[in-house]
Amino acid sequence: MTAVSGETPTIDISSFGLVFFEECAEHLAEMERLLLAIDPGAPDPEELNAIFRAAHSIKGGGGIFGFGDMTVVTHELESVLDLVRGGELGLTRPMVDLFLQAADVIAMQLAGHRDGAPVERDAIERVCGALRGLLAGTAAHAAPSVAPLPDGPPAAEARRYRIGFTPAPDIFCRGIRIENLFDELAGLGGLTVRGEVAGAPQLPHLNPELCHCRWELELETTAPEAEIRDIFEFVADDSDLAITAVDAPTAAPAAGGEEPAPRQGAAPAPENRGGREQAEGSIRVGVGKVDQIINQVGELVITQAMLAQLGAVLDPVLFADLHRGLQQLSRNTRDLQESVMSMRLVPISLVFSRFPRLVRDLAAKLGKEVELRLVGETTELDKGLVEKLADPLTHLVRNALDHAIEPPAARLAAGKPAAGTVTLRASQIGGKIVVDVMDDGAGLQREKILKKAAERGLAVGDQLSDDEVWQLIFAPGFSTAETVTDVSGRGVGMDVVLRNVQALGGRVAIASETGKGTRITLSLPLTLAILDGLAVAVGAEKFIIPINAIVESLQPQAGDIRTVNGTGRVLQMRGEYLPLIPLHALFAIGGAAERPEAGVLVVVDSEGDRVVLQVDALVDEQQVVIKSLEENYRKVPGSAGATIMGDGRVALILDVGEITSLWRGKSRERAARA
Amino acid sequence: MEQGTVTAASGTREYLTFTLGSEEYGMDILKVQEIRGYDAVTRIANTPDFIKGVINLRGVIVPIVDMRIKFSVGTVEYGPFTVVIIINVLGRVVGMVVDGVSDVAALAPEQIRPAPELSSSLDTRYLAGLATVEERMLILVDIEALMGSAEMQLVDLAA
Repeated sequence: MTAVSGETPTIDISSFGLVFFEECAEHLAEMERLLLAIDPGAPDPEELNAIFRAAHSIKGGGGIFGFGDMTVVTHELESVLDLVRGGELGLTRPMVDLFLQAADVIAMQLAGHRDGAPVERDAIERVCGALRGLLAGTAAHAAPSVAPLPDGPPAAEARRYRIGFTPAPDIFCRGIRIENLFDELAGLGGLTVRGEVAGAPQLPHLNPELCHCRWELELETTAPEAEIRDIFEFVADDSDLAITAVDAPTAAPAAGGEEPAPRQGAAPAPENRGGREQAEGSIRVGVGKVDQIINQVGELVITQAMLAQLGAVLDPVLFADLHRGLQQLSRNTRDLQESVMSMRLVPISLVFSRFPRLVRDLAAKLGKEVELRLVGETTELDKGLVEKLADPLTHLVRNALDHAIEPPAARLAAGKPAAGTVTLRASQIGGKIVVDVMDDGAGLQREKILKKAAERGLAVGDQLSDDEVWQLIFAPGFSTAETVTDVSGRGVGMDVVLRNVQALGGRVAIASETGKGTRITLSLPLTLAILDGLAVAVGAEKFIIPINAIVESLQPQAGDIRTVNGTGRVLQMRGEYLPLIPLHALFAIGGAAERPEAGVLVVVDSEGDRVVLQVDALVDEQQVVIKSLEENYRKVPGSAGATIMGDGRVALILDVGEITSLWRGKSRERAARA
Repeated sequence: MEQGTVTAASGTREYLTFTLGSEEYGMDILKVQEIRGYDAVTRIANTPDFIKGVINLRGVIVPIVDMRIKFSVGTVEYGPFTVVIIINVLGRVVGMVVDGVSDVAALAPEQIRPAPELSSSLDTRYLAGLATVEERMLILVDIEALMGSAEMQLVDLAA
């Protein structure tokens, strides 16, 4: 099985290896998802078929690429699954567990082939053995009720099969030679072949490269049906193939325990749906290529903005056509940009899908009953974000299971259902993606956190509000778990979650009620590449304030501004006093309006705090492409990156949270000097 | 004027020479990406005065350093003839403002003398040596070491 490339010297099969690994991983994920969802008492035949197909595809691919070890496990799995879907073997919870383990083993083998990860032979043997045990069990079970079975491998009697083979029209394009196929079939026993031309167009419309024939074969063989199907493997989908046993013996079929009749009805339709349409519906493109397009479109947007700016000064009557053209261009570029950005968007289910398994295993380990609810799985967000969201969410879910959800007895005592619920909910709110991790567990315990914080030498007191107490759990090394388990409690976690989410430009908020549960909310930007911003002018400089940080903007009256201590200024707004940050002072920009009344004030929300930024004027609202300053320079305090404006100049994008802390630092310095 | 097409025999290397005030400097020409005018620089607050800010170089954001301010030589004026050498060092693109770009000099290793210890605003660590070209002294700068140094404040050293 290893010398595949040698057998087919004209095709470099290794270049398809990557595709196989990806597909295999997808099949495994699909299999796992289905197995977790299945109800052992009343399995949906459709789902059983889907699981079988996934195993079958992995086996096929593994065979082609010479990963014989993978085909061994998948083969055993497939055999058992086949019995189950044939109704010969009742599905039980332990069997589902075994299937999941088999999937794990296959994943391990896959990792071994792909990354050279270590493979535990024992685990493979154990799973294969268990699967074989199931098979043997059925054979023994089935035996008395159906027919006397000889010991050892049963010598099946010769049977006659009628095989209807209608190949896909493009079969020749795939380099398949039908005569070889028939030779191979003839190797199994006596074969008669009858071909017929079906549905061929008139000669002028005939494409000689397509196949318009179908064949009726009759094969008399001792081989089981599965072996016949194996010959057609990779040549025909189940839909192309109709195998019927002509003189079906009353005795139970041999080895694989194939039962031809139920199989035919069930298989073809879903196979078709899963296989071909999907292949036509999507193409795999490297993320690098998509990013390149996004960058190029970003450049186009900048060029378009530049043209619009140049065009704006031209007489609208004399250059009416040009203006129309520019407007059209602006619309088209915006549409193009949206389409291109959407290419990077993937559903959050890519992350969510890992949790059913995680929760199931973890709950079993912890001896808790936990139900996982996933809401809003179709919410789309940037691929880069999805990948980076996996770790923080895993932390949060583990925490919820380990710390928040109580053991069943404690839950019942508290008047709650024995099974706890953890909900993952994703939604898009404005320009943000909000992901909530909710549980109905014990809730955060104020006293415990305060005590722990005091032990760790954090400055705390009873006067802290609940919200402030909850924030303490984000301190590095903070854990209130009484014992360190291998699940969580080592105190790495919440601070990592906070850091990861902040690195993505997001925020974390906590709401908790003792005895009722906890909700942790992550809010993230929709994409990493583009931002809706408000351009503001300060002196000769321009800055971009992210729209989602802006609460409102206003032109202050003289009486609205008060001073505190002579230097610090606050804006009085609807009974609230908000600190005022003059951007010109923060960034030392000359030529800007000194007095707040001469400028414009922008009220922004910074992690729940409201502050007021003083600028000279609002310029306009625009979508800006975020450019990295770090690529060639370094992080600039107070900025979340830079962008290129319509006139080709660079403008900094303000990070409101950072500006607030920057200003506080400056104020403190000033106070220290005074 | 010497032509810059000398073949690279016996370790001869080409240097782009530029002037800062009355002094003439040279740097490895392979590090030079392009030479352009000084235009549309966006200031960055709270940076040393020799970091003039950033520019948009065909969609890439590039910091601009004024070497005249950094080395305290020459007169600091910005006009249509101010020259920016865009260099490629340490995987980064950086622009440096100089008084003028004069020439390309091919120098064999034996033409280069080690720089003596001296007190100047340019640390000798960043000097590759001194060379004489047509009676003029050329100060060869190790541009990579200079731009990557902490004192230029161009790189996040924490990162």
